[in-house]
Amino acid sequence: MRRTLLATTLLLASQAGAETPVLTVYAGDYFTSEWGPGPKIEEGFEATCNCDLQFATGDLLPRLLLEGERTKADVVIGLTSDVTAKARATGLFAPHGQDNSALTLPIDWTDDTFLPFNYGHTAFIYNETAMDTPPASFDALLEMDDDVKLVIQDPRTSISGLALVLWVEAVYGEKASDVWTKLAPKILTVTKDWSASYGMFTDGEVDMVLSYTTSPAYHMFAEEDFTKKAAIFPEGHYFMVETVGKIAGTEQPELADAFMAYVLSAEFQQMIPTANWSLPSALPEDQWPEGWAELPLPEKVLFYSEDEAEARKAQAIETWRSALSQ
Amino acid sequence: MAQRAQPIIGTTGIAAGVFVVVAVLLSFVGLGLRAEVGRGLGPAEWAAIRFTVIQAALSALISVTFAIPLARALARRRFVGRGILITLLGAPFILPVIVAVLGLLAVFGRTGWINMALEALGLPGLSIYGLHGVVLAHVFFNLPLATRLLLQGWQSIPAERFRLAAQLDLPPAIVRRTLEFPLIKQVAPGAVALIFVICLTSFAVALTLGGGPRATTIELAIYQAFRFDFDLARASLLSIIQLILAGSAALVALWIIPNFPLSAGLDREVHRWDARGGWQAWGDSCVIALGSAFLLLPLFAITLAGLKGLPEMPAGVWITAGNSLWVALLSICVLLLIALPMAGWISTRRRGSAEAIGLIGLSASPLMIGTGWFILINPIADPVPLALPVTALINALMALPFALRILVPPMRDVLTTYDRLSRSLNLRGWPAWRWLVLPRLRAQIGFAAGLTGALSVGDLGVIALFADPDRATLPLQMYRLMGAYRTEAAAGAALLLLAMALSLFWVCDKGGRRHAEA
Repeated sequence: MRRTLLATTLLLASQAGAETPVLTVYAGDYFTSEWGPGPKIEEGFEATCNCDLQFATGDLLPRLLLEGERTKADVVIGLTSDVTAKARATGLFAPHGQDNSALTLPIDWTDDTFLPFNYGHTAFIYNETAMDTPPASFDALLEMDDDVKLVIQDPRTSISGLALVLWVEAVYGEKASDVWTKLAPKILTVTKDWSASYGMFTDGEVDMVLSYTTSPAYHMFAEEDFTKKAAIFPEGHYFMVETVGKIAGTEQPELADAFMAYVLSAEFQQMIPTANWSLPSALPEDQWPEGWAELPLPEKVLFYSEDEAEARKAQAIETWRSALSQ
Repeated sequence: MAQRAQPIIGTTGIAAGVFVVVAVLLSFVGLGLRAEVGRGLGPAEWAAIRFTVIQAALSALISVTFAIPLARALARRRFVGRGILITLLGAPFILPVIVAVLGLLAVFGRTGWINMALEALGLPGLSIYGLHGVVLAHVFFNLPLATRLLLQGWQSIPAERFRLAAQLDLPPAIVRRTLEFPLIKQVAPGAVALIFVICLTSFAVALTLGGGPRATTIELAIYQAFRFDFDLARASLLSIIQLILAGSAALVALWIIPNFPLSAGLDREVHRWDARGGWQAWGDSCVIALGSAFLLLPLFAITLAGLKGLPEMPAGVWITAGNSLWVALLSICVLLLIALPMAGWISTRRRGSAEAIGLIGLSASPLMIGTGWFILINPIADPVPLALPVTALINALMALPFALRILVPPMRDVLTTYDRLSRSLNLRGWPAWRWLVLPRLRAQIGFAAGLTGALSVGDLGVIALFADPDRATLPLQMYRLMGAYRTEAAAGAALLLLAMALSLFWVCDKGGRRHAEA
C-alpha cells in the first residue's frame, strides 16, 4: 500500500515537473528548516509564479565555486557581505535588475548585483537580570572589570566574528591592537561559530555574547522573555547584510527576475523578521510586525564597502590573533 | 612459531587496503584539479602545527595513562550494572563536539557545578580554559576508547593464566609483571597513536576550551583556508601535513608494538583470585567511581538539558533521525567489508605497519575528502543524491582505524594459535573465515560495528557541504536548531542523538558478546 502511494506520488511529482518550470534557489543551510523563512517563501512565490520553487541548501559559496558554470542554481539567496567579493569574482552573477531606491537600509546601497533582503548589526547581548550596569559605549566595554566575561566568535571561521574585527577596526582604526589587548582578559573564550557562543550565553557561562542587535527579538517574540538586551554603543555598530543574487546563465531568467522582485515585495519583507530574526531590507518601519519598531537599534551604523573590507580583513584578523595569543 | 608459508586468509585484504588508499588519493586528485597556487603557509599556520602536535601528544598520553587503572579495575571487578556502565562510558566518544563542549562546561565551566561547589565552600574557582582545558576535553572524549581497547586486551588473557597464577600463589606484583605488563605493552602504543591522530584533527573543542586563537589547530587552518579563503592549495597542503604527522605517529607505534601471541585458552570464565579483596578491591572501586564521575557527569548535564528540550523538538527532527540511522547502518556494512579483510591481511604480516593505511581516512580531514569527491563527481553526476552514501563511506573510513585496532590484535592471536590446526584441516579462504575467524572474533566485530554506527550517527560529516533539505542528518538538524536560537530544542535533539548512538552501539556490542561477558 505504502509503496503504491509512494509510486503514485513520484509519478504525480514527475508529471508536475514536466509541466511547470522549476526555479532552483540555493539557500543557506538554516533557510529551509521548517521554522526558517524557506517554506513560507516557497508557498508565497509559488502562489503567483505558476512554477515550482526548489531550494537546495548547503555551504553556499564553496558549493558555487566548486560547481562553477555547471551550477544548477537560478538564484542564490543568503550570501553575506563578506563573501560577495568572491562570489562576484566568479562571474556567475547577473545584475539583479531591481531598483535599489526601494531599500530601507540604514546605509546607502549601490550594488547592482547583490540585492539585500535582510540586515542586522553586531552587538553584545547581555541578560539584564545578571548584569546591573551594562556598558553604555564601546569605550565603557573596554574599561569593564576583567571579571565580566565575554564570548566571541573566531573571525577566521565565522562571519559574525569577522564582523567584530571589522567593527573594532571601524571604531578604533590604528588603536585596534590596544583594544584587543584590553579586551583579551575579558574574553573567556572564542568559538568556531555563533551557535556555540550563544549556547554558552544562554547556559549562563558568560555575561555577554557577541551576537546581533536583533537577537533580543527572538527572546521577546518567541519566548516572551524580556531580559535579554543588546548593549547599544554611540560609537556605532557594524552592519551585517544578507543578499540575493541572480545567476547569469539561468535557464529561467523571467522566473529569476520575478523572484528578485518578490524579495522586495511587502509580503516577503513582512515574513523576514520573525522567520529569520533580522530586519527587513525594504520595508518602512511602520510596516514592521508589531513590537519590532520598539527594538533598540543603533543611531550610527558602520560598514566597509566590499573592497575596503577585503583590503582590511587580513590585517584586522592578524591584529586580533596576535593580541589574543599573548 | 608457525611457518608463514601461505596465510590461510588475507589476500582480499590487500584489495581493501588499496581501495582505502585510492579513495583518499582520488579525493586529493580532485582537489588538485581545482587548486590554484595560494599564499602558502605563514607563521600562523606553523604555530597551529606546533600547538596541534603538543596538545595531541599530551591528550593521547594522559588518556592512556588514566585508562590503564580504569580498565584494570573494570577487568577485575564484577558488579551489578557493570555492562551498562561500560556502554555508557563509551558515550563521550560519540558525542557531537558542540554537545560535548556544552556538557563539559556545565560541569567544569566558570558557572559549572564544580565551580559552584567550590564557591559554596569558599574556595577559589578553577578555570577550564587553556591547554589543560583542551587536554581535559580530549581525555573526556578518548579515555573511554583507550579503556575499551585495554579492557579488550585484558579479556584476551586466557582464564587459565590467572588460574595458574592463583595455584602458584603469585603475589599481585608478579601477576602484574608476567600477565598485565606485557599486555599493556602490546595495547598501549596503538591506543596512544590512535588518540594522537584523533586529537590531531580536533578543532572546535580545542578552540573553545583552549580559550582562543592560542589554541588554533591544523584542522581550523584547513577549515579557514577552505571555507573562508577558498584556497584549496593551502587547504590540501595542510591536510597533507596532518596526514604525514598522523602517519608517522602510527608507524612508530605500530613498529614498537611487540608481536607475540597469547596462546589460546579454553574460553573459561575469568576469575581473578589475585585481586579478591582488601585494599585492591577498595582501590579498584575508587578508580571506577572517579572515572565514572568524570565521564558521566557531563553526560548527566546533557541529559538534563535534553529532557527539557524534548517536547520542543519539531517533527522534522524524526525524519533526520531516520536518515542518520540509514547512514549509520550503511557505514557499518561498508566498514565491515573493508575492515575484516584488511585486518586479516595485516594480521598475517610479521609487523603491523600496514595498519597505518587505516589511519589515512581519519587523518586526511573529512572535509577535504568530501570536497575532493564532490569535485570528481560533479562533472559526471549530480552529487546531491549521493550525499548520504558518500557520507556513509567517509564515516566508514573515519571509523576504520578504530576497527582495525580492535580487530587486528585478536585476529593475530587466532591466526597464529590455530595456524597449524587449520593447515592440517586444510581450512583456508572463506571456510576459515566462517568457522574459525568470525566466531572467535564475534565480540570484537560487534564492538567495531557498534563504534562505527555510533560515530556515524554523531558525526556532522561532509553532508553540511551539499545537503539538500530532505537529506539532512540528525546532527545537521541539531546544528540548524542551535543556529536558529532554538537551544532547548537542539538540546532535545542532542539527547535523541545520544540515545540513538548508544542504542546502536549497545545492540551491536551486545550482539557480539552474547556468549561471553565483556
